Amino acid sequence: MSVIFKKTAGLTETDTHYCPGCTHGVAHRLVGEVLEELGLLGDTIGCASVGCSIFSYNYFNVDMIECSHGRAPAVATGIKRTVPGKTVFTYQGDGDLAAIGTAEIVHAAHRGEHITVIFVNNAIYGMTGGQMAPTTLSGQKATTAPTGRNAELSGMPLKMSEMIAEVPGATYVERVSLHHPKYIRKAKKAILRGFTYQLQNRGFSMVELLSTCPTGWGLAPVAALEWLGNNMIPYYPLGVLKAPEEV
Amino acid sequence: MADRRGIPHIAVERCKGCGLCVSVCPEAVLSIDESRVNLKGYYPVTVESGESCIGCLSCALICPDVTFTIELLDDR
Repeated sequence: MSVIFKKTAGLTETDTHYCPGCTHGVAHRLVGEVLEELGLLGDTIGCASVGCSIFSYNYFNVDMIECSHGRAPAVATGIKRTVPGKTVFTYQGDGDLAAIGTAEIVHAAHRGEHITVIFVNNAIYGMTGGQMAPTTLSGQKATTAPTGRNAELSGMPLKMSEMIAEVPGATYVERVSLHHPKYIRKAKKAILRGFTYQLQNRGFSMVELLSTCPTGWGLAPVAALEWLGNNMIPYYPLGVLKAPEEV
Repeated sequence: MADRRGIPHIAVERCKGCGLCVSVCPEAVLSIDESRVNLKGYYPVTVESGESCIGCLSCALICPDVTFTIELLDDR
């Protein structure tokens, strides 16, 4: 007999506070597995954000720092420039990265900082109670959009990966999804690629993970996976948006 | 060709009973056990028909709480 799957050493023994069925836990595990497989657990500094992922410093088995809301890429910039031998990543949700932190992420990409950004997009503000985020889909209900997001009032959902891919300083941008095991395998490959480019000093990489928020969406966990596949992927198409030419 | 045979192990106290694993298992190996609650207060997942497990890892991949450890039987 051989063990073909076990909990990665990249995660601590602490149970997460996430709601049942929230795919934040999947995203955490993938990052932990990639860092373990690359042998980086002793050499990585993670930058936690504000949002549901605010306690992620309790879950990743690496050195972590808690950043002000939206400022994780700026903090990561300082760390990476101070200790360039360390692997530095940020773990941010859409309320953090796509709203209050839009300036920081754009300019970190623009400067071509050698950091890896893990961007978890669940199209809503989870921690604060399901309010509308910049990434909330048109027509999607939120506590601050009880009849659904109205594009005339709130604009269309912001596509961060497309935006960052247009920034000249960005090296690698890919959008993946966590709603099915098949896609989770692809997501892990994307995260691996993001960290590999950082190890090669090739610049800024960002992986957007489409994620569920069963509580914020008002759906059962399994229904939330289906909702993601049926509603988010058509608007947020999966795939590599930018990558170095030779790969 | 020998059948691929897996053995799922469940860390019951990590489970939040979300049922994502049950929904993706192609062989209906898993079910939610509503006859007990774990320390967190959830109905945990349980192995319903372990002999059907093919070790595809779908449950382990989708589980947000890293509840599963999967072994593969080599001698089949």
